[in-house]
Amino acid sequence: MFTRRHLLGLEGLSREEILSLIDTAGTFKEISDRDIKKVPTLRGKTVVGLFYEASTRTRTSFEIAAKRLSADYVNISAPTSSSSKGETLLDTARNISAMRPDALVIRHSASGAPHFLAKRIDCPVINAGDGAHEHPTQALLDLLTIRDKVGRLDDLTVAIVGDILHSRVTRSNVHALRTLGNRVRLVGPPTLLPAEAAAWGEVHHDLRSGVRDADVVMMLRLQRERQGRNYLPSLDEYSRYFCLNRAALALAKPDAVVMHPGPINRGVEIASDVADGAASLIMQQVTNGVAVRMAILFLLVNRVRAAAPDVPVAEHAAPERRRKVG
Amino acid sequence: MATVERQVLDALGVERALARIAHEILERNKGVDNLVFIGVRSLGVEIAQRLVDKAEAIEGIRPPSGIIDITLYRDDLHRASQTPLVHGTTIGFPIDDRALVLVDDVLYTGRTTRAALDALMDFGRPRSVQLAVLIDRGHRELPIRADYVGKNLPTALNESVEVRLKERDGRDEVVLIRAEEG
Repeated sequence: MFTRRHLLGLEGLSREEILSLIDTAGTFKEISDRDIKKVPTLRGKTVVGLFYEASTRTRTSFEIAAKRLSADYVNISAPTSSSSKGETLLDTARNISAMRPDALVIRHSASGAPHFLAKRIDCPVINAGDGAHEHPTQALLDLLTIRDKVGRLDDLTVAIVGDILHSRVTRSNVHALRTLGNRVRLVGPPTLLPAEAAAWGEVHHDLRSGVRDADVVMMLRLQRERQGRNYLPSLDEYSRYFCLNRAALALAKPDAVVMHPGPINRGVEIASDVADGAASLIMQQVTNGVAVRMAILFLLVNRVRAAAPDVPVAEHAAPERRRKVG
Repeated sequence: MATVERQVLDALGVERALARIAHEILERNKGVDNLVFIGVRSLGVEIAQRLVDKAEAIEGIRPPSGIIDITLYRDDLHRASQTPLVHGTTIGFPIDDRALVLVDDVLYTGRTTRAALDALMDFGRPRSVQLAVLIDRGHRELPIRADYVGKNLPTALNESVEVRLKERDGRDEVVLIRAEEG
């Protein structure tokens, strides 16, 4: 049973909490298959999306999820917000909070931004990706997609391939996959593997050994916008060694599945015929994303009034400290 | 606080009530041709299965059946002390223009039925919706009535009705539970 006030990350969640999130998400899938794709559950609730980084899938997915639950969804993108006039994140969030939203969805380039806000504003905060830290709803939709296809979520070998260093998707997935009892492999060039990768699982610098006999191959987008510091000699060289093509995929288990959080760079980290091939679950991931976000909104927004009196002290204490400082 | 249990239907009583309801449904709808059954989670699902079994035994054709979870349609979600678990809805056939029998174990305030009717309307437009319940315990808070009732059971507000079924509890019975003061 998931009874937390916020969804900030998957690190530290128990096996039961993760599975209950996935189970709940599984029951919401059916709603998107109906002719009338809407239930009245969050009628009269307001969800605000605060996106400080570009996003197509995640932002649209949260908006569709909120609307399918009958909540009102308002999105704020950084280039059109007052942040371009110099307003700080905290001031923006406090002003939004003053309009009494029932949940705040935030994506920010700074790791920890959602945690910072969760301590300072009154409504549930959902992390939609913070820096290179976590992207919990992405990992949950990955897990739901694996379970749909493979039938289980334990004792699997999962190879995560590519730009591990910058990947918040990896961090969320590593925490959840390990908590559920799976083996994780981190595959990529040394410059794109953080020092802590060895503590997460087996490290491979060779794509072929990395995907050999894997049940799941999770490809990551090469984050070109974060490549300022010469991590790679060239894109060409990267793709020559780390692009998942049919020959490399053939080394994985015969019924292995291929995933990618999107957006994909065709021909860079994944070959088109693999991305569009029979083993690819990329579109199912996107479909499941809506169900996962519906489940999270349902669980967090509905809890608010009932939970308010017994919110842990620490979450109430932060604004007091802030007033003394500021 | 101690509780006192009183059996109001035994296994045979449950069986007779469901057999009669099945006959009444088939009589009113002139067979199973256009009939579908939807059980309300959780106990309505098992009771719907029993009615479908009986309809099949009588008519030789098994009418389709589905499951509806009304959690997302509840009118008290914002007051619930804990977010209830959602188990999902499974209706694998169109309900448009069908005669639909909605099945639940106990009819009480009528709020569950209201929620179920709202949920059904999101799936289509049945020709008619008929409500079948094993127990009607009274105390309606909404203008809702059942078309088929296994047993009308006058109750006090401090009493509760528990339906036990073989599939879950190992035996069929209905008991009235009253909390004893002191």
